[in-house]
Amino acid sequence: MKNPDRAPGKKSQMPLPLPEFLKNRGGEGRGPESLPPHDPSRRRSAELLSTGSEWSFDLIARYDREIARVAGRYGLDTYPNQVEIISAEQMMDAYASNGMPIGYYHWSFGKRFLATQQVYKRGAMGLAYEIVINSNPCIAYLLEENTMPMQALVIAHASYGHNSFFKGNYLFRTWTQSDAIVDYLLFSKQYIIECEQRYGEEEVERTLDACHALATFGVDRYKRPPNRTLAQERLRLKEREEHLQTQVNDLWRTLPHAADDEPEKAEVRFPSEPQENLLYFLEKHAPLLDPWQREMARIVRKLAQYFYPQRQTQVMNEGWATFWHYTIMQTLYDEGLLADSVLLEVLHSHTNVLTQPGFDSEYYGGINPYALGFAMYRDLRRICEHPTDEDRRWFPDIAGSDWLKTLDFAMRNFKDESFIQQYLSPQVIRDFHLFCLIDDEDLPNLRIGAIHDDAGYRQVRETLARQYSLAEREPNIQIVNVDVSGDRSMTLRHFRQDRRPLAPMYKDVLRHLAYLWGFTVRLETANEDGTIEPTHECKVDKRRRADPTLAAALRALS
Amino acid sequence: MTDVIDRRENPRHKSAVNAQRFLKRYRAQVREAVARAISGRKIAEADRDASVSIPARDLNEPVFQHGTGGRREVILPGNTEYVTGDEIQRPPAGGRGQGSGASDDGEGEDEFRFRLSREEFLDFFFEDMALPDLIKTQLAAIPHLKRVRAGYRTDGTPTNLAVVRTMRESLARRIAFGGPHTARLREIEEELTALGLKAPGLETPGLETPGLETPGLETLGLDTSGGENADPEDPRVAALLAEQAELRGRVAKIPFIDTFDLRFRNRVTQPMPIAQAVMFCIMDVSGSMDESRKDLAKRFFILLHLFLKRHYERIEIVFIRHHTTAKVVDEEEFFHSTETGGTVVSSALALAIDEIKERFPLDQWNIYVAQASDGDNWEGDSPRCLDLLVNALLPMVQYFTYVEITTGEPQNLWVHYEQARAAKPNMALGRIRERTDIYPVLRELFAKKEKQAA
Repeated sequence: MKNPDRAPGKKSQMPLPLPEFLKNRGGEGRGPESLPPHDPSRRRSAELLSTGSEWSFDLIARYDREIARVAGRYGLDTYPNQVEIISAEQMMDAYASNGMPIGYYHWSFGKRFLATQQVYKRGAMGLAYEIVINSNPCIAYLLEENTMPMQALVIAHASYGHNSFFKGNYLFRTWTQSDAIVDYLLFSKQYIIECEQRYGEEEVERTLDACHALATFGVDRYKRPPNRTLAQERLRLKEREEHLQTQVNDLWRTLPHAADDEPEKAEVRFPSEPQENLLYFLEKHAPLLDPWQREMARIVRKLAQYFYPQRQTQVMNEGWATFWHYTIMQTLYDEGLLADSVLLEVLHSHTNVLTQPGFDSEYYGGINPYALGFAMYRDLRRICEHPTDEDRRWFPDIAGSDWLKTLDFAMRNFKDESFIQQYLSPQVIRDFHLFCLIDDEDLPNLRIGAIHDDAGYRQVRETLARQYSLAEREPNIQIVNVDVSGDRSMTLRHFRQDRRPLAPMYKDVLRHLAYLWGFTVRLETANEDGTIEPTHECKVDKRRRADPTLAAALRALS
Repeated sequence: MTDVIDRRENPRHKSAVNAQRFLKRYRAQVREAVARAISGRKIAEADRDASVSIPARDLNEPVFQHGTGGRREVILPGNTEYVTGDEIQRPPAGGRGQGSGASDDGEGEDEFRFRLSREEFLDFFFEDMALPDLIKTQLAAIPHLKRVRAGYRTDGTPTNLAVVRTMRESLARRIAFGGPHTARLREIEEELTALGLKAPGLETPGLETPGLETPGLETLGLDTSGGENADPEDPRVAALLAEQAELRGRVAKIPFIDTFDLRFRNRVTQPMPIAQAVMFCIMDVSGSMDESRKDLAKRFFILLHLFLKRHYERIEIVFIRHHTTAKVVDEEEFFHSTETGGTVVSSALALAIDEIKERFPLDQWNIYVAQASDGDNWEGDSPRCLDLLVNALLPMVQYFTYVEITTGEPQNLWVHYEQARAAKPNMALGRIRERTDIYPVLRELFAKKEKQAA
């Protein structure tokens, strides 16, 4: 569920005044009926929901009712909830499989599991209190070891915070099918098991390895996938396999007698446009793949697509959930439903989650998405409710507006990159003491580009937004040519940004790519000055394919 | 509406398959790591779970990523001293790098650490090793059938009669059949008492608990019922007395034991593989075996023992130490007490043979012999050793292993042992010098059958 550092990207940086077409959407008609008082001194007295720390199913149901009531009052629109209590081991299992309840078998999940187990058993790390899945109904896993206050916090966080984000945010609405995901996981698991039985574990693993290496380059960024149910999916499977194979054959058919049949061959460039969805291209056009291998590429692609929105909304999503668990619990307290001890425990975990060590601390591990997101939503609310002159200058549209509508709009229509670009206020920059560090290979020293002052706010904001853009985080690599009439080699081009090279493991990725493609794969680098230089070539043994008759025939020939 | 579901009882270890796949994929590396772990820790603790590490670079899942270099701008929190335009010395290479250093899956930079359970650990340790002829004796042949208790049945031979069970059935039946009559008898009695007859307690012994007391005895008391005070003329009393007599008769007719009650112990036969082995540890304790050699021998024995432990439920160990004469001793004495003197190896072999004949019948025990020595033997004794081995010991044992802990040239004992090996295949020899040699030698000793056959 959290995979912050690998994501595809190519879209160029857009300055982000609010897109016009988004202006009138979101937040319509979800005004509050009556908002709870927020002055702690006006805390009402009511019967406490619980006092002890032990939870029970009864208590969870009671808390959930109250949380749902408050969430409804704040206008959170959610999928139905399904809360599942699980044990620590089960939580580790869930970790290892990205939180998904079902997954196909692959060693990399085992690796993740062993790593989790190691740190957990050594006591170096606590387990997550919860994992939540973008599905309908929205499944949240709660750890049985949590205390009652923690369970309440986690329900508010996951089942109402994340849940409403999944349902509301445009990326999730566009790219994921929360109704179908569990079915699709089941389908993919069964399909892959079937393939293992039919073609052998090793072959399947080899293919999956290769597909995983390209998963982040297997995402459609602009096309929206159609909604399909499991039944339709199955129905289409066979059709697709056959169709794909004929397609591929068609592309290559002309080879033996190309000279006669294809007069226009010379000007054919394939692909006609550079392709950025590498895995999709391989699935559709790799000449030597078996139908099941294409299906496997598709499965990996689909799952990458499913996680694509999550990778782009870390700050927004965690911030939103954190903001709402905080607000909901505070409201329950103000209504007199929570004991002091409960609120204190909630706040204790809340502050722990929000820790943001400074860059020079030994605990520094990047900017904490919980902390940044929470601070931003909270500051948005402040700007709406108690705007300062500075806020009016920076956010004339929202200063003094209805905070619920403003937050709802912000949640629905942005991703991290644009959210920060749009809403990161000078106040938050000051609170975090953000500064911009420039690391240029050609300069002897690092340089401070901007700090939290009037001259620096915009630069800090823009740089931070860029830091969260997938386009910035991942190199831009595209398929530019396939030598259809010649040796069938494929050429990829890496468009360099800011003179940054590829991490050396690109050679391994190319090997995987060549495995799928079946022929030589070349990588070239396009420098920013327009020059293009070859970088690496990965040749393939043409007889790699484990077709014993073919291999025997070839041996006999040579 | 929220559904709350308790999943705690659902299967755990969903990741087990994936973890197995991982171990399978990185078998070679894990095996190496296990070997490293073994050599680093006390052998007595060898069979524990362990945290092992393998080089992380081997198991990278490669993806296209930005490398270091070029120009980057990053936003960092927590500025306390810098102002725009400040220049900072670049930290030494390998500093913060990509910023993705804090990966959440527990990978350090160089090592991937994870935990192997005891079973997995030993599995790796013993990989490729198979006990010679193990399959023959342990699996293929199912020599022993054992009769085991399996509940009760309703027919059988008198010798198998389960008396307590039978009595329990009988009691239950008598209570069931006698119950209604007993209840009625009690009523009659109360009524008779009310009519002025004797106190019921004396008259109807056993009626309170008709099952426990033997109802048959009550027939004796039949005539005494009715008391002197009663008025026999009273038709009501007469009727009651008649009914009482009738009922008592009925109760008395309930048989004490019916064939219906009989229960017999049931026995079934179960195949029982020989799941026990005895391991003879034979060590030369003559003056030439110094502490370090004994230590090596000990490690060798322990490894063998561990290996057997995996294949047998129960293992006995017999320690035989020898110089010119041999003696069966306990483990403490075996390793720690020192003696001096010459060396006559055949004494130990002869003792082992005697022990086997006396205490370990071949059809019940798998026998393994492990011998450690520095190779010295009295010149004239070695041919005798050869004879004992080939003609007596080797035919009886599953396997005979011999390690010579020496740095010198092979001596006469080794030569003769080699001849023995040529004659019998269930024997293996190895020469070891240091700790790290033990494992390879063991592997050789227990190398797969193909290798032996060659």
